[in-house]
Parts: sequence; C-alpha cells; structure tokens
Amino acid sequence: MTPRNALFVGIIVVAGQLGDICLSLAMKTVGEVKRFTPLAVLRFLGSAIRVKWLWIGIGLMAVAFFSFLALLSWANVSLVVPATAASYAVGALGAQFLLGEHVNRRRWIGVIIVCVGVALVCV
Amino acid sequence: MSESKSRRGKTFILLAFMVTFGSSGDVMLSQGMKKLGELQSWAPGSAIAYFARAFESGTIWLGISLLMLFLVSYMLVLSWADFSYVSPASAIGYGVVALMGYFLLGEHVPTTRWIGVGLICLGVFVVGGTHPSTNESQ
Repeated sequence: MTPRNALFVGIIVVAGQLGDICLSLAMKTVGEVKRFTPLAVLRFLGSAIRVKWLWIGIGLMAVAFFSFLALLSWANVSLVVPATAASYAVGALGAQFLLGEHVNRRRWIGVIIVCVGVALVCV
Repeated sequence: MSESKSRRGKTFILLAFMVTFGSSGDVMLSQGMKKLGELQSWAPGSAIAYFARAFESGTIWLGISLLMLFLVSYMLVLSWADFSYVSPASAIGYGVVALMGYFLLGEHVPTTRWIGVGLICLGVFVVGGTHPSTNESQ
C-alpha cells in the first residue's frame, strides 16, 4: 500500500468510525423502532434529525465519504473497501470506551479475526 | 424469548439490506469515479470543480441513492442493536464487494485477498453468535 493510500485509508477509518459512533448515540437517544411501516420509519427519521449527535456524525461521515471518493478515483474497489475494514477494531474500542457497550470476549475474538483478514487483504 | 428472537430476526433482515445497498452503492461509486478520472490537484478550485463534475454523473447518483438506503437501514438497526455488533456483522459486505469487483468490474483479486475476505466472513460469523443488544441480554 502506498503512503498516499495509507493516509487516505487512515482518514476514512478515524472520521468514519467517530461518525458512526455519533450516529449510534443519536439512534439510541431516539429509541428502538418497533414498527416498519413507511409512516413509522418517516416518524423515526423525523425524530432523529432533531438530535445534534446525528449532525455531528454526518459531518464526520462526509469527511470520510469525500476521502473515499478521492481514493476510489485511483485505487481498485476490491483493495480500497476491504482496507477500510480496519475500522472494526477502532469501532469496537470506541463502542466500549465512548458508548459504554459491553464488548464480550467472543465479540472481541470476532473483531480480531476480522482484523487478521484485513491484514491479509492489505498485503 | 419471542421478543429476543424477533429482535434477532429484524437485526438480520436489516443487516441484509445494509450489505445489499452498501455493496452495490460502493461498486456504482467506483464505476462512476473511474469514468471521471483521477483527482489531479487538491487546490480548492480544482477540487470543487472535480466533485461538481462527479455530481453530474448518473452512475454516481445511483451509488449515492443506494448508499442513502444503506444509511436508513443502518440508522434503524442502530436504534436497538449495539454498534459493536452491527459494525463487524456488516463486514460480510466486504466479501460481496470483492465478488462484485471480480465479476462485474473485472478487477484482479489475488489469492491472499480472497483468504482475507474468508477470514473476515469467519469473524462476522463469530460476532453473529453474540447477542445483538447487550442491554437486553443482561
């Protein structure tokens, strides 16, 4: 992986995961969706857009998205997309320390296997 | 128990939506950006002009629409499921993207990358065995 590709993957991973964590916080604030009728989904989205964490998350995801678009213009999708899977380790850490989720041993083992897969993908 | 089963069932359905919309959206974006060519300069003027040209492409808009559907599915599932469950469980999409890159875009995918994709899928299987919402299971 070239230094330029590594830099862009780093930006995509960190900004993307912080964005996702903010989004998760916003959705937990809104509460569990029990019905999936179009009206219920629209109501849910209407409530979600009033939560500030959603907008902070979207801002961070936009940074990750534009970096992703730029990276795709010169690198193959079958390299770029798997390489950004390093997000899973960062995301699990963020979930445990920022969201206070209980990440048990089995879940960590799964995340580590995913990371080994990512390391192989990036060779 | 039925509440728990129903929650697991709706989690799997929304994860399937996420993988389908996310993977096809990524492939559409990749196709659109390749047609557009490489970004030559990060000077603000040329970067803005470059992204403005990107938004004139139908393929890129199709990719963005698919990714919007992905985002809605993602928001819905995060309303009850742990982020540390949803995030790795959705990694199954990487296998789908590698397959689509190989079969639809004709990209070369080396053996080591296929092995990596296989391990990612195994990791997803292990994570999938945990409960989607730790708040409920405790």
